Amino acid sequence: MTDAMSGPRGAKPKKALSRNNIIVYGTLFVVAIYYALPLYVMIVTSLKGMPEIRMGNIFAPPMEVTFQPWVKAWAEACTGINCDGLSRGFWNSVRILIPSVVISISVASVTGYVLSMWKFKGSEVFFSMLMIGAFIPYQVMLYPIVILLREAGLYGSLSGLVLVHLAFGMPINTLLFRNYFASIPEELFKAARVDGAGFWAIFVKIVMPMSLPIFVVSMIIQVTGIWNDFLFGVTYISSPDRYPMTVQLNNIVNSVQGVKEYNVNMAATLLTGLVPLVIYFASGKLFVRGIAAGAVKG
Amino acid sequence: MSHSVQIKSLDLQFGAVKVLKNLNLDIHEGEFLVLLGSSGCGKSTLLNCIAGLLEPTDGQIWIKGKNVTWAEPSERGIGMVFQSYALYPQMTVKGNLSFGLKNAKVPKAEIDKRVARAAEVLQIEALLDRKPGALSGGQRQRVAIGRALVRDVDVFLFDEPLSNLDAKLRADLRVELKRLHNQLENTMIYVTHDQVEAMTLADRIAIMKGGNIMQLGTPDEIYNRPQNIYVADFIGSPSMNFIEGQYSNGVFSKGELSLPMTGYEYVAPKTADRGATIGIRPEHVITGELVSGAPVKVEVDVDIVEPMGSDTLVWAHLAGKPFRIRMDGSARVSAKERLTIGIDPSRASLFDTKTENRL
Amino acid sequence: MAIADTGSTDRQLAAGARRPNRLFKNLNSKIAAIPMIFVAMVVFLGGTCWTIFYSFTKSGLLPNTNFVGLDQYERLWSSRKWMVSIENLGIYGFFSLIGTLVIGFTLAALLDRKIRGEGAFRTIFLYPFALSFIVTGLVWQWILNPELGLQNVVREWGWTSFTFDPLNNPDIVMFGLLIAGLWQGTGLIMCIMLAGLRGIDEDIWKAARVDGIGTVKTYVRIIIPMMRPVFVTSLVLIGSGIVKLYDLVVAQTSGGPGISSEVPAKYVMTAMFGGQNLGQGFAASTMMLLMVGIILIPWAYLEFGGKKRG
Ligand SMILES: Nc1ncnc2c1ncn2[C@@H]1O[C@H](COP(=O)(O)OP(=O)(O)OP(=O)(O)O)[C@@H](O)[C@H]1O
Ligand SMILES: [Mg+2]
Repeated sequence: MTDAMSGPRGAKPKKALSRNNIIVYGTLFVVAIYYALPLYVMIVTSLKGMPEIRMGNIFAPPMEVTFQPWVKAWAEACTGINCDGLSRGFWNSVRILIPSVVISISVASVTGYVLSMWKFKGSEVFFSMLMIGAFIPYQVMLYPIVILLREAGLYGSLSGLVLVHLAFGMPINTLLFRNYFASIPEELFKAARVDGAGFWAIFVKIVMPMSLPIFVVSMIIQVTGIWNDFLFGVTYISSPDRYPMTVQLNNIVNSVQGVKEYNVNMAATLLTGLVPLVIYFASGKLFVRGIAAGAVKG
Repeated sequence: MSHSVQIKSLDLQFGAVKVLKNLNLDIHEGEFLVLLGSSGCGKSTLLNCIAGLLEPTDGQIWIKGKNVTWAEPSERGIGMVFQSYALYPQMTVKGNLSFGLKNAKVPKAEIDKRVARAAEVLQIEALLDRKPGALSGGQRQRVAIGRALVRDVDVFLFDEPLSNLDAKLRADLRVELKRLHNQLENTMIYVTHDQVEAMTLADRIAIMKGGNIMQLGTPDEIYNRPQNIYVADFIGSPSMNFIEGQYSNGVFSKGELSLPMTGYEYVAPKTADRGATIGIRPEHVITGELVSGAPVKVEVDVDIVEPMGSDTLVWAHLAGKPFRIRMDGSARVSAKERLTIGIDPSRASLFDTKTENRL
Repeated sequence: MAIADTGSTDRQLAAGARRPNRLFKNLNSKIAAIPMIFVAMVVFLGGTCWTIFYSFTKSGLLPNTNFVGLDQYERLWSSRKWMVSIENLGIYGFFSLIGTLVIGFTLAALLDRKIRGEGAFRTIFLYPFALSFIVTGLVWQWILNPELGLQNVVREWGWTSFTFDPLNNPDIVMFGLLIAGLWQGTGLIMCIMLAGLRGIDEDIWKAARVDGIGTVKTYVRIIIPMMRPVFVTSLVLIGSGIVKLYDLVVAQTSGGPGISSEVPAKYVMTAMFGGQNLGQGFAASTMMLLMVGIILIPWAYLEFGGKKRG
């Protein structure tokens, strides 16, 4: 797989500062401001004190930098009866994230391996159904899953939520792995079988070492997807002290009681966005490749 | 002679498409058998069936007297070498060679011994710690052969192992394979669509077409006594000249051309009259000074002359049909010339036009 | 196509080969596929059928099998909140579709002009996609805050009559959501479009130059028609994203002011988990499924039905 984005192409470059160039760069620049602005606003607001915010210019840089809002958002902000800040949601999210990502990548990679190298009668049918399922609005399946989880005694618990993430992360990840493994030459697989390697040996010793990039891509998709989830968190977690970070953030910011502390809110918002942002800026091209691969389904 | 691999009425279909049709083949112990045929005729499919990588729809496969039709590839005592080499990219050469042995739980000392011996035979000792990515095509193919070699198998399967190499390397490795076969005396089944490889390497050649074996025989038989028009046409370059005509009373005739088939070895002792096709190889046409001693002399009109160095290919007309003649490179012929040639019926092939089988 | 020769199995058995049991053949791969089969059959298919089935019942706090025919659907379509939701989704969907495609393609085309700093621009356009809708909604809620946000800043700059307060104005609240939604989602479409543009043979550009066709005209007449599959993919992505619109509304407006920014997904959630009105929730979610079907079935027909004919 080569990255389709590498290197500029298209028509030949115009001379510097031609009229066309001014239009192109001008447009890009203005649009870039629209995209960059919210991040900037989040940062500056979170570093201001409330009096300064009330003075009213949200775009102005802080005159006096304070980290108090961050401390408060992390450790003191209240939701309901708990006043230990977003840290609680953060750790809940971590506790949901790690098993979800590990298990779903393991399961999806093995499923993709089955679908590309060990097809059996009907495997393609199940896969098609899985892919169609990816387009069904989640709302349609929410309540039946409540029942399933309740039957299993997992409704309301973090493990229940992990299972839900496993199920809904499956289509995209399976697709990703299946397509990647399908590009491994068939003869390699045949050679390994002649060499006496079985189902698991081929997967662990031949396929996995060849596929590290796709494992990273899948991990990026899963981490951002699960971290950013709100719907499942709010549906399948019954008690506020187990809420994932997004749900807790929304409860903090949109709570009707008390005076609005915009700086704390923005610090909390930034804190919640930090994990996916770090992943995004650290992974660069792989992130792009992941979403492009995920987007071009089937 | 004992049997090494026996294929009994093998059928294989992908969905509704029959790729192998009631195929029978007996391969002798220590034989070098080449499967030759045009693209898509089912050579790889047959080889994969023997290896256990594809399940036949029907029929049986026996190796060394055991029915292995449903056995796992690794249980069959076969080693396989692929066209694309199929080396495990993340393992060193040594890792590639020992992978099969490790799966078979061979003790480490034994693995080292066998790897060292295979590396010596194939002259790849210096490469053992490299990854396949750092090897040349020829070196990769040696490693691929080595992977089969270390496992001490009864039967080697090759699927067009040389076709990704350049011409010179191909010729070198061909000789090496022959040497290897002489040294190891294993049974080898070798798929190719290169005639030169087939003729030089094979003890016997099986010519395949559309999932059937058209002829199984030594290179000499295949070349000199093709059993049907397909084989006759397939083997030889430039290919055989065919003239469709009549056979009656020991004489083949077409228009003014009349060839008494004296000295021709018939398949059946008494051959009835019928529509027949005669096949004459371009290189079997008698030219130059030898014409005077030829059993039959005919005149042809030369159309085009293609000098190729060592020999010259002449395109002419005989009995209204294009007719190719291969002459010595030193022969001087020019277009539009009338040329007298000689034909030796004992070296020609005669076929029934309807059944296309040899008479 | 010929029908497979059924006589061969008999001969097979007569041949006495130790043919392994069909079921246990490839057993490892079948075991490994169990999670996929479970998710596809039980969760997706089973869940969907279950919900459709119970949408015809009078389920309230708990699901029950008290059948009421199409009652739930009648109630749904006579509910003002649902009508507002559908209308909102229509407005949001229409402008989001057009906006995302236009902005996404324009940005991709600009970035494809061999410009300097392409990587930096791309990073800036795409980072919102990494953020959750909750974060997106909360930031834009703050930026669009009438007293302290954008409106106030512009007024302070001297344009004292400037009014831009979509989150408190029922008429334009959907556009407030749209600004945030576009901000979050256009980067993805831009990336897909850019990949599509990069996939186009550079000789096309040379040919267009030789023929003297202008840049914009080349894009409109030649490039865009060539990118049909990319546009279809984008359309499907945007479309299925629109139907799912929920978190953004919850975070940015909570459906307000009043019920003026309600959307179907939120209606379902309220009915199921807030209103103890499961039947309504099931009926509404079945309607959502229907909407997705209306988007996807023509696409599936064009994509997969077309291939067979071609
Ligand atoms: N997995 C498959 N599904 C359906 N048809 C197949 C499959 N594999 C091979 N075929 C068909 O079976 C026929 C024989 O294929 P095979 O690979 O054995 O040919 P081959 O003789 O090895 O050709 P080549 O010289 O090109 O390698 C071909 O017509 C091919 O299209
Ligand atoms: Mg082949």
